[in-house]
Amino acid sequence: MSEQLALLPGYLNAHLQLTLFALLLGVLISVPLGAMVARVRWLEQPVLGVASVIQTVPSLALLAIMVPLLAAVHLQSIGFLPAFIGLVLYSVLPILSNTVTGLGTVDPALIEAARGVGMTPRQQLFRVEFPLAMPVIIAGIRTATVWTVGIATLSTPVGATSLGNYIFSGLQTRNLDAVLVGCVAAAGLALTLDTLIRLIAVGLARRRRGILGAALGALALLYVYTGITAARELMPQKHACVIVGAKTFTEQYILSEIIAKQITHETGRCTRVAQSLGSTVAFDALRSGDIDVYVDYFGTIWTTLMHRHTNPGNRDDILREVSRFLREHDGVFVVGKLGFENAYALAMRRKQAEKLGIRRISDLAPYAPTLSIGGDYEFFSRPEWQALRASYGLKFAAKRSMDPSLMYQAVAKGNVDVISAFSTDGRIAALKLTVLDDDRGAIPPYDAIILASTALERRHPEVIAALQKLSDKINGDAMRRMNLAVDGAGESPSAVAKGFLEKLWRKQ
Amino acid sequence: MIQVQNLTKLFGDTPVVSAVSFTVSAGELLVLVGSSGSGKTTTLKMINRLIEPTAGNVSIDGVDAKDVPGHVLRRRIGYVFQKVGLFPHMTVEQNVAVPLALLDWEAGRIRSRVHEVLELVELDPSLCTRYPAELSGGQQQRIGVARALAAEPKLMLLDEPFGALDPVTRDRLQQSFLEIRRRLGLTAIFVTHDMSEALLLADRIAVMNHGRLVQMGTPKELLASPADDYVDRLLDTPRRQARAFDELVAGAAG
Repeated sequence: MSEQLALLPGYLNAHLQLTLFALLLGVLISVPLGAMVARVRWLEQPVLGVASVIQTVPSLALLAIMVPLLAAVHLQSIGFLPAFIGLVLYSVLPILSNTVTGLGTVDPALIEAARGVGMTPRQQLFRVEFPLAMPVIIAGIRTATVWTVGIATLSTPVGATSLGNYIFSGLQTRNLDAVLVGCVAAAGLALTLDTLIRLIAVGLARRRRGILGAALGALALLYVYTGITAARELMPQKHACVIVGAKTFTEQYILSEIIAKQITHETGRCTRVAQSLGSTVAFDALRSGDIDVYVDYFGTIWTTLMHRHTNPGNRDDILREVSRFLREHDGVFVVGKLGFENAYALAMRRKQAEKLGIRRISDLAPYAPTLSIGGDYEFFSRPEWQALRASYGLKFAAKRSMDPSLMYQAVAKGNVDVISAFSTDGRIAALKLTVLDDDRGAIPPYDAIILASTALERRHPEVIAALQKLSDKINGDAMRRMNLAVDGAGESPSAVAKGFLEKLWRKQ
Repeated sequence: MIQVQNLTKLFGDTPVVSAVSFTVSAGELLVLVGSSGSGKTTTLKMINRLIEPTAGNVSIDGVDAKDVPGHVLRRRIGYVFQKVGLFPHMTVEQNVAVPLALLDWEAGRIRSRVHEVLELVELDPSLCTRYPAELSGGQQQRIGVARALAAEPKLMLLDEPFGALDPVTRDRLQQSFLEIRRRLGLTAIFVTHDMSEALLLADRIAVMNHGRLVQMGTPKELLASPADDYVDRLLDTPRRQARAFDELVAGAAG
């Protein structure tokens, strides 16, 4: 728990940056737009209609869709910007509709009085209409605030740090402490901001200068503080932090921590981990320079990026070909292999395998029609499955898709007989499963490789050198043990990474 | 001097005011009287262009009202609203100061002028920090009058200003208004549907019906020779009240 709490200042600050500035821009867009709509009545239907449609897009999808949209116009597509724009769009509707409603309910007699004493339309708006509509507008801002704080937790998959980092990584590594800290912090933040804004409304309504001043002051301080921290991050830094990406599973969390700590240890540079990136998001982020380094796997690049369907066999040949392809095609530099493979593999209960005499996948083929297989959500539509079926003529009695974290339990308990396991998963050993040999080489190798941007390679060769020291230092057993330490024993990825590196550094 | 020539307002195709012409001399109080829908309020609002005329001219001291931006025109003309129209989010002082702030008076001068006009409408300056909702109807309308007077206008427009008040308060406000008008030498146009009020206040009365001006004259002229049945009917109520009152007084004396 204390380890989770140590992350809180960073996550909370990032979350504040996102929500406070998204709300500010939301107000700056919605209130003038609302004032315009209140004057030009025929605009009301189309403008509120568009805002409502935006609101009906599921929030995770709205944030995720910003990634390709921003990439298409060559803007930062990973990290702060896509999350920020998504949140701004989300905050518009409540503020806009309340502005229109609030201005619409101002007594026409007062608007005529304002004209009658000689106010210009602008003076009428600022001196009479806005002050009178303010309680309703503030109610809209409060709604938007609570929504935005909540939805900002979904910024993590598009690469923006937020309190969602706790929730996404906590759910993945089954660290309930982390999930709890994330949820409580987000709820606390929502309540705090909501209370501050409510106090502003109360101060205005009861004409209590003290309350109003205190609430405005507190809010202003928050803005100044987050503004300064944001500006500091935006400043071109001589020693900019190296950003290490991680996809959404335990092994990636551990490896990103190992890489980050290794860089800091060897070069003294600061590092930041961008966690829980979607699978293709991570590669795109590296290509566009939003992250500097992350770990991917041969087979994924081979099949999904290079669109190869043949198994090349020789690992050194693949490394050469993948390196050349990525450098020429995507400006990505392959630092080296980590020394283990995390492939799709078919696994079954050791006892059942021994009873049936199955050691290799070709032994499995005759029994398949009497057995059932479970796979993760994408497995049965991946080229690897096609290749397995084609090479071994596998026909199972039943096929089931399920969450990868449930798969291992399912096979251990006998709900299914075979699963598409990840070969480094610690639960294979822990649950007494056995991995079947791919004797016909249907699945390409999935050696883990460190990918870095060519910019990092050019400008910071010392970082690359530090990473090359990790080459072939993690074998399959070591990776499995580390995965199990997190998934099984509930240790944190960071602690596991530290333990591994301290042993490595002692040997050197 | 106010000259109104052929003032006309159509809402869609419906004429609300049709070719109304009259002149008000400096220092004169003209009362526009008529039943509801007669076009008297619309006529009043066309003078300071709260409503833009469809046709016709208004000239104030020889300047065509159309030649001045509407808001600039309105800053020089005091206006008292039927619904009072005090801004609920402003204190009494801020409300009265609005026209002065719009004219960019400096703060010290605004403050002393606000106190001056509050005294003029017989309100205690201690009310300055109060909000309109905390005051009685009569106090609110006195503040409405004070706001209209604040910028020292030469012309005042009043749209049924005392219509919603109880008879005692109403009488006191009428008397204060007459007194203020005499002291400041204001030119004023006053709209009411109450012929008794018109007879009591007016130098001259303009009677309107269905958007047309049907008769114009001093209260005495109107009483002596009403132009048509409509004017006669409007005069009926004050005449009957006066007779009943005379009889009552005579009865009490005898």
